[in-house]
Amino acid sequence: MSGTFNKIFAANLDKLDEITEFVEECADHFGLEAKQKFGLLVALEEAFVNICSYAYPNNGGMVEVTCHADADADSFVLEILDSGSPFNVLSLPDPDISLDIEDRDIGGLGVYFIRRMTDAVSYHRQNDKNVLKLVLNRTS
Amino acid sequence: MTIEIKKESAALVVKVTGRMDAVTAPEYEKKVNELIAEGETNVVVDFEQLEYISSAGLRALLATAKRIKGKSGNILLANIKGGVKEVFDISGFGTIFPMHDSVASALSALVG
Repeated sequence: MSGTFNKIFAANLDKLDEITEFVEECADHFGLEAKQKFGLLVALEEAFVNICSYAYPNNGGMVEVTCHADADADSFVLEILDSGSPFNVLSLPDPDISLDIEDRDIGGLGVYFIRRMTDAVSYHRQNDKNVLKLVLNRTS
Repeated sequence: MTIEIKKESAALVVKVTGRMDAVTAPEYEKKVNELIAEGETNVVVDFEQLEYISSAGLRALLATAKRIKGKSGNILLANIKGGVKEVFDISGFGTIFPMHDSVASALSALVG
């Protein structure tokens, strides 16, 4: 994969299919293995849903996604940007996944997937935007 | 996502095809809750044709499982594989739901 692929979507769940399709195409272009791609798309959905739910209390916001390969083309990098208030989704604690079905609070599972489905994940503020950076290393 | 429902003697078999994501999972939850409200107590969910699931899908599964448990019923899952299985394994859901290799195996477990 050469170059950077970039697209802007409305922060609305109706756009989930479109944003998924865009990132999937980028991942295919890079040659990401199927299992990793599955994890990438789960992490993407969790991040996107979180932005749709919390970043823009008054609606009308946007989500920008950028895909590129790192300099050595060894890693696929997905950045997810929003213009909401500063919020680091990675600050949320992991859920207790050992609890019985009756006691389980599902909150926090999304960010847990973001962490577990990627090889590296980080958050920073840039130009008044929240930037969540997901990295998947090439396995073959 | 499409949902097909088939009545077997031991349970209702709910076959889910496609994606269980933040957009489609509420459809699953609504449908199965309707079935429970109609009096179904044993449900086997067939994931043979499920291509994708996220935390929203797990949340919907959990909601229906809690509801049916409240009526002393059971939800059993069949044919979980590939990336979907990884989501179950990572989340710990693989240990809280009874999982079977086939619908037939799930049905026979209910007849037990």
